[in-house]
Amino acid sequence: MEEFLFFMEVLVSGLLQGFMYSVVALGFVLIIKSSGVFNFAQGSMCLFAALGMVSFWEAGIPFWLAVLLALLMMVVLAVAIERVVLRPLVARPPLILFMATIGLSFFLEGLAQGIWGTQPHGLDIGIPDRPFKGFPIDVSQFELFAAGVAILLVVGLVIFFHRTRIGRALRAVSDDHTAALSVGISLRMIWGVTWALAGMVALVAGILWGTRLGVQYSLTLIVLKALAVLILGGFNSITGAVVGGLIIGGSEKVAEVYLSLYFGLGGIESFFGYLLAMLVLFVRPYGLFGDEIIERV
Amino acid sequence: MTQRGAAPDGRPPEIPPAAPMRTASLEQPSRRVHSVSGDGSDPLLRVNNIEVVYDHVILVLKGVSLEVPQGGIVALLGANGAGKSTTLKSISNLLRAERGDVTKGTIEFAGTRIEKMDPSRVVKSGVVQVMEGRRCFEHLTVEEDLLTGAHTRRDGRRAIKQDLERVYEYFPRLVARRSVKTGYISGGEQQMVAIGRALMVRPKLMLLDEPSMGLAPQLVQEIFGIITRMNREENVSILLAEQNVAQALKVAQYAYVLENGRIVLDGDAQTIQGNADIREFYLGLTEIGKKSYREVKYYRRRKRWLA
Ligand SMILES: Nc1ncnc2c1ncn2[C@@H]1O[C@H](COP(=O)(O)OP(=O)(O)O)[C@@H](O)[C@H]1O
Ligand SMILES: [Mg+2]
Repeated sequence: MEEFLFFMEVLVSGLLQGFMYSVVALGFVLIIKSSGVFNFAQGSMCLFAALGMVSFWEAGIPFWLAVLLALLMMVVLAVAIERVVLRPLVARPPLILFMATIGLSFFLEGLAQGIWGTQPHGLDIGIPDRPFKGFPIDVSQFELFAAGVAILLVVGLVIFFHRTRIGRALRAVSDDHTAALSVGISLRMIWGVTWALAGMVALVAGILWGTRLGVQYSLTLIVLKALAVLILGGFNSITGAVVGGLIIGGSEKVAEVYLSLYFGLGGIESFFGYLLAMLVLFVRPYGLFGDEIIERV
Repeated sequence: MTQRGAAPDGRPPEIPPAAPMRTASLEQPSRRVHSVSGDGSDPLLRVNNIEVVYDHVILVLKGVSLEVPQGGIVALLGANGAGKSTTLKSISNLLRAERGDVTKGTIEFAGTRIEKMDPSRVVKSGVVQVMEGRRCFEHLTVEEDLLTGAHTRRDGRRAIKQDLERVYEYFPRLVARRSVKTGYISGGEQQMVAIGRALMVRPKLMLLDEPSMGLAPQLVQEIFGIITRMNREENVSILLAEQNVAQALKVAQYAYVLENGRIVLDGDAQTIQGNADIREFYLGLTEIGKKSYREVKYYRRRKRWLA
């Protein structure tokens, strides 16, 4: 029984951490769906958003207002990216767009540090990273909160994609953007909207991870875990991002704890996700939930 | 869909009963301006001597002019690579998305210049293109795909719903498929979705790019039947690009023949149908011996003259 409770504790803590990976992965999925490009700047957007939010808050603006301001900032940023980066590159190969996002990534990091400085900021949103009292297993309150936020975010996005006119247009663009143009869907509008959504997701990810790691440059590195999630779950699937995050979060924690317990192997957590992702890659190249390439009849 | 701006009897007054051909124009001695509006009223669409270049260097259209009269069906015929799709894409301005550009000439729709307009504004003004190869959104259901056609409309849910029912009336086969992803339906059904989606725009002019491509003869018949019905009942004027010359000439009143980025021949459908070279090269009806030498020579000379 003791054994089992310990296993559950490890598993649940891993799964909850997985939700936090999912949030980061979601940002990538949105951009890939709309512009077919892997957004190298997603990590920098997390840093940019979180740094902005923390700085507003530290300047004495109330928490929720600071979050709102940071959100507004990300929307403005999205519009600017559409105008300055995407519009001139329309109809270029995806590789060129990808390179543009590399440039964007360095620009954002520089800009963020130029405005708000390079020193790390602590971020305490008032939810302790401590277990609840009286639970049979130890579950961090913060991790539970983060998972709740992630679930809300996903449900919101799914409703948006499937129940609104813009959401439908967005999925149409993701299938065939010339055909979408032919019915009058404006790619500029769609790009603006998705980059704004990706900015919002970056803000949420930045706040969650910033709470855990501090808001600092290394925040941009959280995307490394998201990559494994994307390979596993599929680059263009919201479901994939969630389930992929859970699988990687859960399994890497279990592997870490038990392999080091019984075999003395340490540090497995840092690469186990990739190992798993690569295995999936052999079987399903587009990930577990990635859009299947529908063979035309 | 209800009639827009039409007379109470359901037919707009400006449709010319037939489309006799004007023979020549003095403004441009080297070529005729093809006017199909027999009564002299302005055509709905006027493409005037356009030149199209891809990637800044590849010249594909070398001075194409054509007109579509209000309420008419006009065919744009030509072999593979002649420039039919390019012509349609310059009108809908989907050209820009493929790095193409109208470098010369003008395109007027209902009196307004549209060659520099954003594609979504072109759609809003009433021109919609059904692209070659029935490009459906394969992960959307049939109904969702149809609804994307209403994306630019602002006339409310009720009107959109009514039009959706109207599309299902035209294509009853789609009713049973409404919640199936378009990636999993047959080619003929995909073509129906593509046309139905365009109808959801409530267009004044529909540009159809080879709707018969890859479809069984019976389906082609069915689709062309629906095209004429749409033309009549929805008051949609149609520019129909086709390689299937025989079918296209059955539904069109007027036709242009495109070769190598130039219009080499135009006239009303019967005239084109009767043309010996069209019969030989496009309809596969050889009449060696019967063919008038003078006719061939005229056509050849004309080709050379325009080349
Ligand atoms: N995006 C493009 N870039 C360069 N050349 C193109 C492009 N699209 C079409 N072309 C060329 O333009 C010519 C006309 O093509 P198209 O308009 O598709 O003809 P059609 O529709 O009559 O078959 C062809 O020679 C084709 O190779
Ligand atoms: Mg073509």
